[in-house]
Amino acid sequence: MTLALRVALARAEFALEVTCDIPTRGITGLFGRSASGKTTLLRCIAGLERKARARIEFNGEIWQDQHRFVPAHRRAVGYVFQESSLFPHLDVRGNLEFGLRRVPAGQRRMGFDEAVALLDLSALLRQRAPRLSGGERQRVAIAQALLTSPQLLLMDEPLSNLDQSSKAEILPHLERLRDSAAIPIIYVSHALGEIMRLADHLLLLEAGRVRAAGPLQQLLVREDLPLGHFEDSGCVFDATVEAHDPSYQLTYVRIAAGRLAISLKPVAVGHRIRVRINARDVSLALKPPELTSIANILPATVATLSDDRDPAQTLVRLALGAEPLLARITRRSAAQLGIAPGTQLYALVKSVALMESSARDLTW
Amino acid sequence: MGSADLIALWISFRLAATTTLLLLLLCTPLAWWLAMGASRWRVLVDAVVSLPLVLPPTVLGFYLLILLGPAGSLGGVLQRLGLPAPAFSFSGLVIGSMLYSLPFAVQPLRDAFQSVGARALEAAATLRASPWNRFFTVAVPLASRGILTAVVLSFAHTLGEFGVVLMIGGNIPGRTQTASIALFDHTEALEYGAAYRLSATLVAICFALLLIVYTANRRLRATGLPA
Repeated sequence: MTLALRVALARAEFALEVTCDIPTRGITGLFGRSASGKTTLLRCIAGLERKARARIEFNGEIWQDQHRFVPAHRRAVGYVFQESSLFPHLDVRGNLEFGLRRVPAGQRRMGFDEAVALLDLSALLRQRAPRLSGGERQRVAIAQALLTSPQLLLMDEPLSNLDQSSKAEILPHLERLRDSAAIPIIYVSHALGEIMRLADHLLLLEAGRVRAAGPLQQLLVREDLPLGHFEDSGCVFDATVEAHDPSYQLTYVRIAAGRLAISLKPVAVGHRIRVRINARDVSLALKPPELTSIANILPATVATLSDDRDPAQTLVRLALGAEPLLARITRRSAAQLGIAPGTQLYALVKSVALMESSARDLTW
Repeated sequence: MGSADLIALWISFRLAATTTLLLLLLCTPLAWWLAMGASRWRVLVDAVVSLPLVLPPTVLGFYLLILLGPAGSLGGVLQRLGLPAPAFSFSGLVIGSMLYSLPFAVQPLRDAFQSVGARALEAAATLRASPWNRFFTVAVPLASRGILTAVVLSFAHTLGEFGVVLMIGGNIPGRTQTASIALFDHTEALEYGAAYRLSATLVAICFALLLIVYTANRRLRATGLPA
């Protein structure tokens, strides 16, 4: 099940030329600096760019090719625009029902009450759009798009015009959406923090072309991509909450490679959460250290070593089973320990962060 | 008020209503194209549409008379087809009034459609609304203040015109004599009493129209619609 894209469109600042397959499950982050073609690509997928020369095939259904152009209102996509696009002449209920009414009852996959509950809108239904706050507007816009029962949800930097508190208000809703609704989402952002928190796959655009595409975890540790060289470069893991230890204020979560202790979080046992480990918070030891204050120690194998932006440091890519982990250590340490690809060692993780709004957004 | 004056008022009213309705039908697609289109001819069309604003009404009336009269190029063709030439008839008045009031309908409509913007229509498209559906459920409500302005301005402007209708209509009482021409005739004949009554009636009608617009505008603004 894929969205197969071949799109060419000339713009003043760049020429979009994209050929790629996007998996139609989970969240695909569309990442790149401004004027790299993210929004234009999203508009092409939605059918808002008639002039694009494109072949777009969604789960076997052809939306566009040389002979065909399925217009936007006939494509099963929901679109959340960067800035508010709510209709000022309707109240919130009217806005939500606008799309809902246009979908035949038999094709509806989400009901009005369900969308209202998912985005917590029941107190706003009588309000007119111009009176809503920025965060409220985007919540309504997301529910509005969901109520058209899309098979694909396109989100164009839905948080970029919001302040920190509004972002924090919306992100949990997006996570809930990812985990509950079985709708694939393409999420455009230039904030790496948002992408790391939400995305499963990543499509990296540069000057209108695909620089890289693949699972988020794999791309985050690719040395040849600009992603790994942020000061806060690191990895993300999907973990399951295993147990809480209130006496030490700890929560235990399991990732494929083992168990991690994090600060106590009010998340129910069995729930899926995403944690992040920054490269600078990982030290390496050749033997399992005894008598150490570090609680999270995981066996690992060295995959590659690469230069860091800081010439005194080196980035070590480790394999924790199938999942990658980055460690930033000094070049001297790497030499003294004789670390080379294939070395079996132990990763000492000083801190594990739950991905939540506290994670500082990294932007281009 | 004499029966001749009442008939003149009725002709003015019919003329204004017919002109406004036809202008709304004609100018909506034109204004839409001017607001949304990307053609480089738009500047030229914009200028042509605005021409009646600056032309003396008698100039417009004169050209129309030449064109639409029995000896005129278009009028002659119509006559050879067995149809009446539009000059000196109600249909001639309507054609003249439509040309003369054209900018008063097109400009508010064009500005209103421009303020609707592409974003609202794109959002409606992604919410499954077809092009016609987008026009009636998004563009028209969002442009309602501009549409109302266009209607009232066209109506009031047609009611008050003089030069064009005099030239093309020929001041035939009961057929092409409008209220503003009847008023001129009264004044010429020094019938000041009749002139007073007719003037006061026209002032009252125009004031009532403007009152309706401003009240409706205020109400629409209270609902948060863009200007």
